[in-house]
Amino acid sequence: MLIKVRKPSEVRSSEITDEKLFWDRRRFLRGAALAAAAASATPLLLGSAAARADASAPTGGKLEPLAKSPYSTSEKLNAYKDITTYNNFYEFGTDKGDPASHAGSLKARPWTIKVSGECEKPGVYDLDDLIKPNALEERIYRLRCVEAWSMVIPWVGFPLKEVVKRFGPTSKAKYIAFETLLDAAQMPGQRPSLFGSVLEWPYREGLRLDEATHPLTILSVGLYGKVLPNQNGAPIRLVVPWKYGFKSIKSIVAMRFIEQPPPTSWNMQAPQEYGFYSNVNPNVDHPRWSQKRERRLGEFLKRPTLMFNGYGDEVAKLYSGMDLTKNY
Amino acid sequence: MPPGAPAVFPSILSSMVVIRGDSVTAPQRLLWLLKPTLFLACLAPLALLAWDAWSANLGANPITAIIARNGRWALRFLLITLAITPARRLSGWTWLIRYRRMLGLFAFTYACLHAASYLVLDQFFAWRMILEDVTKRPYITIGATAFTLLVPLAVTSTKKMIRRLGKRWLQLHRLIYVIGFLGVLHFLLLVKSDISSPAKYGAILLLLLGIRAWTWWGRAMMEWATGALAAARRGLLLRRRAGVAK
Ligand code: HEM
Repeated sequence: MLIKVRKPSEVRSSEITDEKLFWDRRRFLRGAALAAAAASATPLLLGSAAARADASAPTGGKLEPLAKSPYSTSEKLNAYKDITTYNNFYEFGTDKGDPASHAGSLKARPWTIKVSGECEKPGVYDLDDLIKPNALEERIYRLRCVEAWSMVIPWVGFPLKEVVKRFGPTSKAKYIAFETLLDAAQMPGQRPSLFGSVLEWPYREGLRLDEATHPLTILSVGLYGKVLPNQNGAPIRLVVPWKYGFKSIKSIVAMRFIEQPPPTSWNMQAPQEYGFYSNVNPNVDHPRWSQKRERRLGEFLKRPTLMFNGYGDEVAKLYSGMDLTKNY
Repeated sequence: MPPGAPAVFPSILSSMVVIRGDSVTAPQRLLWLLKPTLFLACLAPLALLAWDAWSANLGANPITAIIARNGRWALRFLLITLAITPARRLSGWTWLIRYRRMLGLFAFTYACLHAASYLVLDQFFAWRMILEDVTKRPYITIGATAFTLLVPLAVTSTKKMIRRLGKRWLQLHRLIYVIGFLGVLHFLLLVKSDISSPAKYGAILLLLLGIRAWTWWGRAMMEWATGALAAARRGLLLRRRAGVAK
């Protein structure tokens, strides 16, 4: 089975979804665009608007206007309901349905992100101040979970690169370490059970600086044109579409620029199962799951998993010369 | 009705009997009624699964949900089956034994559904992938072993087989302990980091095996004690006869 991967140069179709809410939003956008056309505000339709959006609206609030992205796929979207009820977010429990049931206790505002380490502008930043200067884009990406299932999700966000630029990493900054909120009152899954903690909290992830500044890497604040629901990592999360889902850390409170690769949660938990890179790779199996195929949620037959989750044209060069069976 | 059953019949049920004013045959009738009721109850998880599948209520990943539910019910019925003997001992309800075979066969039924949903829904007969799974992934190897071991138990569960195999039937069916252990291990190995669920099943298994060990040990101690007592008495008798003691 071949999955068509759109090159950045291609124009993406706007007729992509079967989801009612999404259509509603689209209709609204089109209406808004038509109205604006009189004032020749057509950039919205052309997808080049540097629109400033307010992502501080409560969950479910609409984010607009949104620019479209040449990096989006035209594959069929997974339904909003599936994306928001089938989550791995162990801070709220280990069942796929737990985050949707328990994430109500997370307070997504006010929210700050602590920036530290090898950069020119360390400090504690208010989230909205971080988001505001960026044009919100819609990025429709494949998400491949290490458990061999996948979805297609219309994220809303902006390139991580923009934020990184703003903090001014020094020449010593080779990696970025990220951390999720640590607060068992808001995140009941962080309370140890009879058998101890399921992971060592807070959740930690990391990227090499060139991965972090790759144009595909985004910080997401929404999906389906709406403010990110708590269970999907509100108020702000990473999305790195060529890596297994667990690399895309949720509810970020800290970013640190460092010289050495940072410890990462699943790697700490089981180093032989989860590597630092965790690039989607059909040729390197997880001890418990074959990674050759995946089930796209909503489909019956499994499909072959693509190298780098189908983003090889864009990212393979980041790893040239590396042995990916060793650096899994 | 096995001999002795009415004597230890649970008081709630016998009081129902009295209300109905049918004191002699009613317990027996109730026991007859219990079997089809239990049979239907054992089918309830399957019915619920079918209903949830029909009404698209299995979440975003229905195939995994089906595999997981059937797997859990296979293990639950295995544990329920293993619970019959200790429950019978502790309560004195000897009639419980009548339902053990049925419960065991339901464990097998759900294991079949579990394995079939893996084979058909998850893998859709991708034999090479299945072979790879069975040989390369320990949790599948162990699950498949447990399933394979269940087959001879199901096949030899008929009255005829019990009679034909005699003492060897009992020995063969001790495999259920191994299967229970493998089932829990299968579960333990497949979870990512949260072992609480398999650990609960494991704890119940250990408890059930523990009760057995305890009763075996108790029985052995009893035997030893009665033996010792008898020996002592014999010794005393001999001494008396010999005129040593009075
Ligand atoms: C041919 C034999 C078997 C195969 C191929 C098999 C395969 C599987 C698979 C693929 C899963 C799901 C793993 C996942 O969620 O990623 C699973 C889960 C499970 N299996 Fe099996 N299995 C087999 C036999 C058994 C037997 C005999 C038992 C019980 C005695 C059993 C009990 C379970 C349990 C309890 C689960 C966990 C369900 C959950 O996650 O809630 N399996 N098995």
